[in-house]
Amino acid sequence: MLKSKSSRWLAGPYLVWMAAFIVVPLIIVIYYALTTSDGAFTLANLTQIGRYTSVFVRSLILAAEATVLCLVLAFPVGYFLSRLRANKQHIMLMIVMLPMWMNFLLRTYAWMTLLEKNGLINRFLGLFGIGPLNMINTSGAVVLGMVYNYLPYMILPLYTAMTKIDDSVIEAAQDLGCNVFHILTKVLIPLTGPGIATGITQVFVPSVSTFIISRMLGGGSNLLIGDLIELQFLGNSYNLNLGSAMSLVLMVIVLLCMSFTSSFDESEMEGVM
Amino acid sequence: MNENLIVSLKDIVVDFDGEKVLDGLSLDIHDKEFVTFLGPSGCGKTTTLRVIAGFITPKSGNVFFDGKDVADLPPYKRQVNTVFQKYALFPHLNVFENVAFGLRLKKLPEDVIRPKVLEMLETVGLKGYERRSIHQLSGGQQQRVAIARSLVNQPRVLLLDEPLGALDLKLRKEMQLELKRLQREMNITFVYVTHDQEEALTMSDTVVVMNGGKIQQIGTPQDIYNEPCNAFVARFIGDSNIVDGVMLKDFLVNFGGHDFTCVDRGFKPNEPVQVVIRPEDVEIVPPSVGALVGLVRDVIFKGVHFEMHVDVEGYEWIIHSTQASQPGELIGMNIGPDEIHIMSRAEV
Repeated sequence: MLKSKSSRWLAGPYLVWMAAFIVVPLIIVIYYALTTSDGAFTLANLTQIGRYTSVFVRSLILAAEATVLCLVLAFPVGYFLSRLRANKQHIMLMIVMLPMWMNFLLRTYAWMTLLEKNGLINRFLGLFGIGPLNMINTSGAVVLGMVYNYLPYMILPLYTAMTKIDDSVIEAAQDLGCNVFHILTKVLIPLTGPGIATGITQVFVPSVSTFIISRMLGGGSNLLIGDLIELQFLGNSYNLNLGSAMSLVLMVIVLLCMSFTSSFDESEMEGVM
Repeated sequence: MNENLIVSLKDIVVDFDGEKVLDGLSLDIHDKEFVTFLGPSGCGKTTTLRVIAGFITPKSGNVFFDGKDVADLPPYKRQVNTVFQKYALFPHLNVFENVAFGLRLKKLPEDVIRPKVLEMLETVGLKGYERRSIHQLSGGQQQRVAIARSLVNQPRVLLLDEPLGALDLKLRKEMQLELKRLQREMNITFVYVTHDQEEALTMSDTVVVMNGGKIQQIGTPQDIYNEPCNAFVARFIGDSNIVDGVMLKDFLVNFGGHDFTCVDRGFKPNEPVQVVIRPEDVEIVPPSVGALVGLVRDVIFKGVHFEMHVDVEGYEWIIHSTQASQPGELIGMNIGPDEIHIMSRAEV
């Protein structure tokens, strides 16, 4: 172990990095958000955002839906993985992470070809005289894209938290009178609290700020905050100041959400410690 | 006799991946008894306990509780509680809530739960610890919480799976007496699993010696120690000398080239037998008056006594004595009739 005095220097390179590429850009964003295109101070950028409330609300709702779906899907999978023998756990984890190694765009494109009017799913259903169903360009398709892309980020922390729970703790709960439902509510969920909080953060934050998923699977009608911001920087409505203000507001929203989950996380940790 | 049976196992077969762990095991456990399953690891003792608890469903056979077949009853519906080897306390709950866990599931009112939990904590010697977190407790204290957590539910049978395995020797001895006291105080059946023969002899009313998924012998600690029914039991319970001999007639056995009177009978004349003699039952005398004469090979100081390895006509004997002989010395050995235990070869 290095003494704390000398180990302090080890953080040096990152501190430089952080200053140059996180703190300075953040200051620039705040500067743009609070000025007009001429550089004069204004709050107009922030007040203008009120017009886009519906977009913000939609982003939050869709991201929340995706997060809840991920949690519900990942919880049993995480438990199943954590109870496997060590060598099988490694193989199954590989399979869970496999989609993450493929290009994000490619993965989402693949869903387009599946969900399209003439896509694979509709053609398959057509064989039985069903459809064609209207799947692409719906909010459901956007949520599906989020769940598909971010599910591993939920599974991994849950799995990690669950591997720390010994079989005998679950047996003890059964022994003391727990049925399956009570094991879940009284033992598994409290003991995986920190994992749940991490998973929620890791799914919710990228979901709420995504723009590729909504553009590819949501069509024009499901504009999200991410799309809106992109339009201000790269799109037709080019307006750096408004875009910066939106980024700032999004950041505050994410911070609020994260402090909420981490307070949940801490209260769980108190029980553990 | 049948009236006070509480748990009955009939022809229990359990196999894991085709390997038989319990092979047609049958066993009766009487109410308010301290029963110990004793055997080497892999003998099936923990598996038997888990069958009673309901964590393992046997492949065939029946489990009766109070005369009723409970084979299909899940663990949470059985009137038994388990103390686990690794304590298995709930890390997210404090001492009080760990103990109250079972009572809360029964939805008892708070003013019933509280006195019960506090009383149980006092019984196990943890008064004033109720608000501590599990992580602030020593191994021994955690074990006490685990015991309290089980006993507070007033089970008919408490199952204990090597509960003292992780404690140091001194603490283990203390807890052995403590558990015995608790069993008497609570007046319920304890079923205890251990591989430590001394622990089994100290605590039990009945010892069940197991090996290879089968019961080898059931009896009181004295029976098991003094009258082992086969060589496995004799070897597993303490040290013993097992030598070949011939039963000349009732009450007379020949081994080591000498005839000894003994207390056993019912063998055929000149039937080959095995003779079990405990190391502490050999009396050391001058060679001229000894029934057997042996050459001392090794002398090891064991604290209370010396352990000597003695060569008697090609057999190595172990002898415990408070007086040390010297390696290389010739000694005489006498064995009283009560100290000789005969086993037929067929039992081996």
